[in-house]
Amino acid sequence: MHFARVIGTVVCTEKVPVWRGHRLLLVQPTDAHGTPQGRRLVAVDLVSSAPGQHVFYVRGREAATALSDAENPADAAIVGIVDDVRDARDVRGGGV
Amino acid sequence: MFVGRVIGNVVATIKHPALEGRTLLLVQPLTPDGAAQGNPVIALDAAQAGVGDQVLVLDEGNGAAQVFSRPRGPIRTVVVGVVDEVTQG
Repeated sequence: MHFARVIGTVVCTEKVPVWRGHRLLLVQPTDAHGTPQGRRLVAVDLVSSAPGQHVFYVRGREAATALSDAENPADAAIVGIVDDVRDARDVRGGGV
Repeated sequence: MFVGRVIGNVVATIKHPALEGRTLLLVQPLTPDGAAQGNPVIALDAAQAGVGDQVLVLDEGNGAAQVFSRPRGPIRTVVVGVVDEVTQG
């Protein structure tokens, strides 16, 4: 799973029926500490996250299985909201 | 699978039910020489790994479901072993 920050909402009136009731959010992938990394993407939200929140998401076929009906075309799904990242490198001040 | 090093853990109160009760480890992928490569990822622990351990990480959902004896869900990245040694050549 990878870190991202929610930066927006994508509204689609017409969408795959199995996605009804789920929000599509625009996310910016980040490193563990929230620094933006790489290309933005759209992910299905499973945890009622909101713009500005640091979240983590799963990519690939496993994203679709996050929904109760796994027969859907999601390739990215937000599956958790980050409360805290405890990076031992920060404490020790050294690299891995 | 890839080799990485556990560098910390992630706390998340709100998460998908499939992740409930699992330890979320912060894992830095490594090159074969042991140098950091790319961004750290979040992996579920299935090997009682801890900070500082060099680990073997599965990144595929079908195997991940098997490891936890569960139907397929949004679990894909799992620490499945603690590496004793990697030799090359």
